[in-house]
Amino acid sequence: MAGRHGAQRGSRHLSLCYAPAVPTIVLNGEPKDVPRPATVAALLGELGLDPREVAVERNREIVPRATYGAVSLTDGDRLEVVTFVGGG
Amino acid sequence: MTTPQSPQPWTLAGRTLTSRLIVGTGKYKDAKETQAALHASGAEIVTVALRRVDLTVKENLLSWIDRDRYTLLPNTAGCYSADDAIRVCRLARELGIAELVKLEVIGDPKTLLPDNEQTLQAARTLLDEGFTVLPYCSDDPIVCRKLEQLGCAAVMPLAAPIGSGLGIQNAHTIQLIVEQAKIPVIVDAGVGTASHATVALELGCDAVLMNTALAEASDPVKMAHAMRLGILAGRLAYEAGRMAPRPYASASSPTSGQIE
Repeated sequence: MAGRHGAQRGSRHLSLCYAPAVPTIVLNGEPKDVPRPATVAALLGELGLDPREVAVERNREIVPRATYGAVSLTDGDRLEVVTFVGGG
Repeated sequence: MTTPQSPQPWTLAGRTLTSRLIVGTGKYKDAKETQAALHASGAEIVTVALRRVDLTVKENLLSWIDRDRYTLLPNTAGCYSADDAIRVCRLARELGIAELVKLEVIGDPKTLLPDNEQTLQAARTLLDEGFTVLPYCSDDPIVCRKLEQLGCAAVMPLAAPIGSGLGIQNAHTIQLIVEQAKIPVIVDAGVGTASHATVALELGCDAVLMNTALAEASDPVKMAHAMRLGILAGRLAYEAGRMAPRPYASASSPTSGQIE
């Protein structure tokens, strides 16, 4: 239906279609849906990782450990989560 | 307490060390074998690598390695550019373990020989950022001199390619490096058996760093013992001051008083 109500209904419908339900990031080279809240801390928790045993890079910048609970991940973020392993 | 049989301790970046063997933690069968080999080696510093977390691995290395016994030395293995090596060191620092870093920038995947130019570039930046840098490099006195002049805490010339087990390929240049260096010289890469380590110490090197020589031995723990003894023998021989070599013979028994 044309007119004010029709236009409003149409735009609400469009915004529901285009807003992502959860952010999708690239984690260690693989796509991953991020849990809500979309923080580094929550992601590490979901993966069962101890924050003290890893370091995190987000879009090539190191994420300080103290900010894991504060940093909000956004769609398309590239994360590297690394740790120490055996090596020579 | 030192005895005639005890070699002198050495100093690396302000740390006094008794062991002249630094070992890697890679390529062993499992954590148990790694622990046993490290213990047998007597090492005080062990290298570790930095990689993406493997969610299938149950126990993180940090949970079982004895941090009271060993200083962890993160390496930049697998890096082919100064930028990547710097990135790895910063991540190691974020992990809280980067008092010392082993800088490794590789030039070729087949030989794993170092890219000395990128190594020098990375060393410059890392030193500016306050890292204590131990650079893996060629057995080239010029590159070692440049790394020392930049402020690296030691130089780590290779014996032969990483994991090759070939032993020191150029004893002459290793000796030149030892002669000119005012910082420790640690032979790193290419050692295969105990006599290789002995030769390194006899040439005046301060220490040896190895991984594959232990991990790929049929009995890694026994080889770690052998390396420990080989290094001890080499260092004692060096401190004892070996005889001067001669081109011809010098009899060991008296030349007079023989029956006729």
